[in-house]
Amino acid sequence: MKMAVSTTVNGDPRAFLCEPGETLLEALRGTLGLTGAKEGCGTGDCGACTVMLDGEMVCSCLVLAPEAEGRRVETIEGVAEGSDLHPVQRQFLEHGALQCGFCTPGFIVAAKALLERDPDPSEHDLRYWLAGNLCRCTGYDKIVRAVQDAAAEMRQQARGDAA
Amino acid sequence: MNAQSGHNAYRVVGTRPVRPDGIDKVTGKALYGPDQIAPNMLHGAVLRSPHAHARIRGIDTSRAEALPGVKAVITARDFPGQESVTFKGGETSGDRRDIAHNCMALHKVLYAGHAVAAVAATSEAIAREALALIVVDLEVLPHVISVAEAIAPGAPVLHDDMFTEGLEPKPAQASNVSATFTMAKGDAAAAMARAAVVAEGRYVTQPVHQGYIEPQACVASWNSDGQGQIWCSSQGHFDVRNLTAGILNLPISSLRVTPLEIGGGFGGKTTVYLEPVAMVLSRKAGRPVRLAMRREEVFAATGPAPGSVFEVRIGADADGRLVALEMEFWNQSGAYPGNTLHGGCATALGAYNIADARATGWDVVSNFADTHAYRAPGAPQSAFAVESCIDEIALKLGMDPLELRLKNAVKPGDPSPSRLPHGAIGYIECLEAAKASPHWNTPVAEGESRGIAGAFWGNYGGPSTVAVSVASDGSVAVTTGSPDIGGSRASMAIMAAETLQVPYESVRVAIADTASLGYSMVTGGSRTTFATGKAVVDACGQIIDSLLARGAQLLGVEPGEVAWRDGAVHCMAAGREGEKLDMAAIAGRVHQFSGPVSAEVQLNAQGYLPGFGVHICDVAVDKETGFTRVTRYTAIQDVGRAIHPDYVEGQLQGGAAQGIGWALNEGYVFDGAGRVDNAGFLDYRMPVCSDLPMIETIMVEVPNPAHPYGVKGVGETSIVPPLAAVGNAVSRAVGKRMRDLPMAPEVVHRALAGA
Amino acid sequence: MSTMTFHAPATVAEACALLAAEPGARVLAGGTDLIVQMRSGRIAPAAVIDLKRIGALSGVREQAGGFVIGAATRCTALKEHAALAAAHPGVVEAANLIGSVQVRNRATVAGNLCNASPAADSVPAMIAAGAVALIAGPQGARELPVEHLPQSPGRTALAPGEFVTAIRLPGKAAHSSDAYQRLTPRTEMDIAIVGVGAAITLAGDGSCAAARIALGAVGPVAVLAEAAGAALVGTRFEAAALDRMAEAVQAVCKPIDDKRGSAAYRTAMAAVLARRVVQIARERAGEA
Repeated sequence: MKMAVSTTVNGDPRAFLCEPGETLLEALRGTLGLTGAKEGCGTGDCGACTVMLDGEMVCSCLVLAPEAEGRRVETIEGVAEGSDLHPVQRQFLEHGALQCGFCTPGFIVAAKALLERDPDPSEHDLRYWLAGNLCRCTGYDKIVRAVQDAAAEMRQQARGDAA
Repeated sequence: MNAQSGHNAYRVVGTRPVRPDGIDKVTGKALYGPDQIAPNMLHGAVLRSPHAHARIRGIDTSRAEALPGVKAVITARDFPGQESVTFKGGETSGDRRDIAHNCMALHKVLYAGHAVAAVAATSEAIAREALALIVVDLEVLPHVISVAEAIAPGAPVLHDDMFTEGLEPKPAQASNVSATFTMAKGDAAAAMARAAVVAEGRYVTQPVHQGYIEPQACVASWNSDGQGQIWCSSQGHFDVRNLTAGILNLPISSLRVTPLEIGGGFGGKTTVYLEPVAMVLSRKAGRPVRLAMRREEVFAATGPAPGSVFEVRIGADADGRLVALEMEFWNQSGAYPGNTLHGGCATALGAYNIADARATGWDVVSNFADTHAYRAPGAPQSAFAVESCIDEIALKLGMDPLELRLKNAVKPGDPSPSRLPHGAIGYIECLEAAKASPHWNTPVAEGESRGIAGAFWGNYGGPSTVAVSVASDGSVAVTTGSPDIGGSRASMAIMAAETLQVPYESVRVAIADTASLGYSMVTGGSRTTFATGKAVVDACGQIIDSLLARGAQLLGVEPGEVAWRDGAVHCMAAGREGEKLDMAAIAGRVHQFSGPVSAEVQLNAQGYLPGFGVHICDVAVDKETGFTRVTRYTAIQDVGRAIHPDYVEGQLQGGAAQGIGWALNEGYVFDGAGRVDNAGFLDYRMPVCSDLPMIETIMVEVPNPAHPYGVKGVGETSIVPPLAAVGNAVSRAVGKRMRDLPMAPEVVHRALAGA
Repeated sequence: MSTMTFHAPATVAEACALLAAEPGARVLAGGTDLIVQMRSGRIAPAAVIDLKRIGALSGVREQAGGFVIGAATRCTALKEHAALAAAHPGVVEAANLIGSVQVRNRATVAGNLCNASPAADSVPAMIAAGAVALIAGPQGARELPVEHLPQSPGRTALAPGEFVTAIRLPGKAAHSSDAYQRLTPRTEMDIAIVGVGAAITLAGDGSCAAARIALGAVGPVAVLAEAAGAALVGTRFEAAALDRMAEAVQAVCKPIDDKRGSAAYRTAMAAVLARRVVQIARERAGEA
């Protein structure tokens, strides 16, 4: 029997019906029409489906849709504020940090989550944080540099705001 | 790092603007293969054989058909009969009958994962439930996986109508050896006998997967009037159309394929797996059908690159001049014949002047997924063997391995593998750049070791169609048939903007479906920026000609009295200098002229030049565990001209990373039943972010005179050197030549223990 | 069609009742193994009982001089608990080697234990640290040392209707610490070829007062190598003592050959890692 789930997606209240065994990724991509999160493996090994669940990044393929009841879900579709790109998004574009772009939504959600908790990560920390996101095109070099520059931009911004 | 360009003649070429499809791809808006939906769509699933080799005695689909929600169940019997037809599409080349039977097995299953039936239902869950209700009566046959098993006397034969091509006379018996090919010059054996030093060895690699993150997916709709539509991601939707129409016995123009964004391909998405199946399901159900693979299906049933066994000997004189090469190799091509023999031979002979050389390859089929192109198909395995031997010669002679390569490297005018003289190639320049690089000039760190390897890859040109049109406001639309797999929209816009002398932002690039433009070959063979780019430049040239003619008319001057500058027609007539008409002023007056300002160019691009590269790799090997870490890596490559340097560097970095994975940890593992035992991203170990250092790049620019901006293909060459670059570094660390890939910790540990 | 049901009880008692009512039910803690197994068709539970809505099962509590890690506590939360990280750095680092950050934001050490994989990273570390599983069930609550819970790959000592509610670790002891290392082909996102945990207590003179060494992926279940620990007790970690310890480690290794490593390699590497983790745990204990 289908279950009714009420949740918040990118700040908006959303209600949907799902099978009890359906994953959050399936619900997002299917019922809710949010196809930004991708399925690369379905087993939590590639990170292309990364979303934030109550402020922590998770693989949405490893969350059952009914678990989202009453929780806060944030997806790639909610990263930009309207038409204003997040610094991580902007730096991905500036660096050419994507080739095919399929892994990009997962990387951006993960990188944003990192910079919100650590505004100045070392390259080592950054690489280990992003180790759950597979990219087959770039060799990660430009991704790492893009996130580093986004971090710098965000620190600059924070200093500006503080002043 | 940007190379010794010194050319500031260009305004847009060589700059790094944001790609036109960028915002869609960083905000989750871009639609990829698995994202497409169609109204009233059904969901399909494919039943796959659990056995590696079996005869299909019968398939009973009745229980599946009876399951509520199931709308269609099909087997190979629902496909038209297939005739053997050679299909030419570059990397998709092969026998179309094999491609059809790979989509759905008819008489025999040839690998675990081979499709035997498919279901369309109102949900994917119901479709998968229905799969379990299909009864397939299989007579299990003995299977073979390795080359040795497949060519052993008395081995079970996959195809009883396969007789080794290239052998004279034609063999009397069918075998698992599909073809042989030899490339030779001079007398290799005699030259080898005279060599002062010889390095030789048997080099073995395992099948490796392209590893794109987007699994194959499509939506198909086939109406009763015979017209069909497919939405899918691929490296070439025209070849998806041609193959699918051919398999289904449809007029090609009755099938329209709309390209979606592609989530990586690397050669692996230049054929069809799901599309014909979804079409047949759709015809039977009368509704659109979506099919999408799961990751384990991608590993079990889509083309990995072949494994290989290379026996190679290279001889040199006492001064380090390479004098002889003898090579024989066997490619482990999977269920159907491969076509990587030529690539393996050409790469062995392409980079160095060796007067006497002979390379013979054998293509061997066995019971795992049909192999497919993977970035410079056939070359990395070959370069692993050759470049490892060259490293051994350097060690034997006490020579610097870079100097040894410089001494033997081909230069323009030297004979190429085709015997024609090499054109404007840049291997020497790459080696010189390596020699001058920060990496090479930094001493090897304590406890680490360094390897270097070079590369040759032939590249390709081929057919493309492009349309360029100028809108009434002067903005420019470029339409190509080449899927954008790594930023090619940006390079097309750059080349158009450069040619038209207009701002990059005034050019927009779209990729047309198969009904909207003529044929273009796949995005593969490192051809798109070269071939499709050339068509874009040519079309822009026609646009300029048209605007000049119209501008002259509007200005009331002779055609010879106008010139194109800064995106406008400038009047050069005496006394009227300074008068000009911009593009809007001309293009807006469609009704005054013979029609809108547009141009379509079709070409079969010739004059492509091979790619050369040099990679330098430092590794730290844990001597107790064998764990190897790449600590520094530099990729140097002759790129002709970097149109958008970010995406050229990206190709160098991505190929290097894939090659590092191939060298260290990637490889198919089969269980005793012939099933892929590591069909997931956990146990098929592609490099993760924390496995790699920054990949330094040096773009060497030796322009290709056959391209208006000097472009050479860059996408494939970068995967050719890393196997040997890493192997040479690990060999030096271990003190023993590493000849088997992958060099996983246990393998390196064993070598250390035996050293 | 699947008839599976999903439940999110608010109390342990409710969860017990649900489990008792549906013998084919499975508890969901992090879900990082359960959901993968459901998707692959390996299991088809009649019901899934989500523990994350049970307040008492989420988070780390200091209790009676020890630490109680609720069964629904994500691995990354262990790192955020300063006292736990100081007392049992080996357990915390083991829990934070599982999968990726995304996975660790869901995965739990209780789930890692109950999945009963021989290669589970947190289990050897918990065994070395002397962890105890707290169990609820129809017959009431009971406790079981962690090393006794997995019985064979995928099977546990839990009776029908029972589930692990928490893991209890001893409190911080003077001159005591622990460490865990594993060997994997990749730096992250991998499964241990072998994993070794060690907990060391030093006497006032720096000699070894107590040692527990546990091994993962060298047998059907993670195992406490008692003789290996005993070989160190009373020594000052001299070379001969470490050799005896390493020999004892190898003596309890009963691995299989599989795609991730040969038995011989695993056995050899268990000794290599045991030396390394003993050294790290000893240094940490010296500073503790």
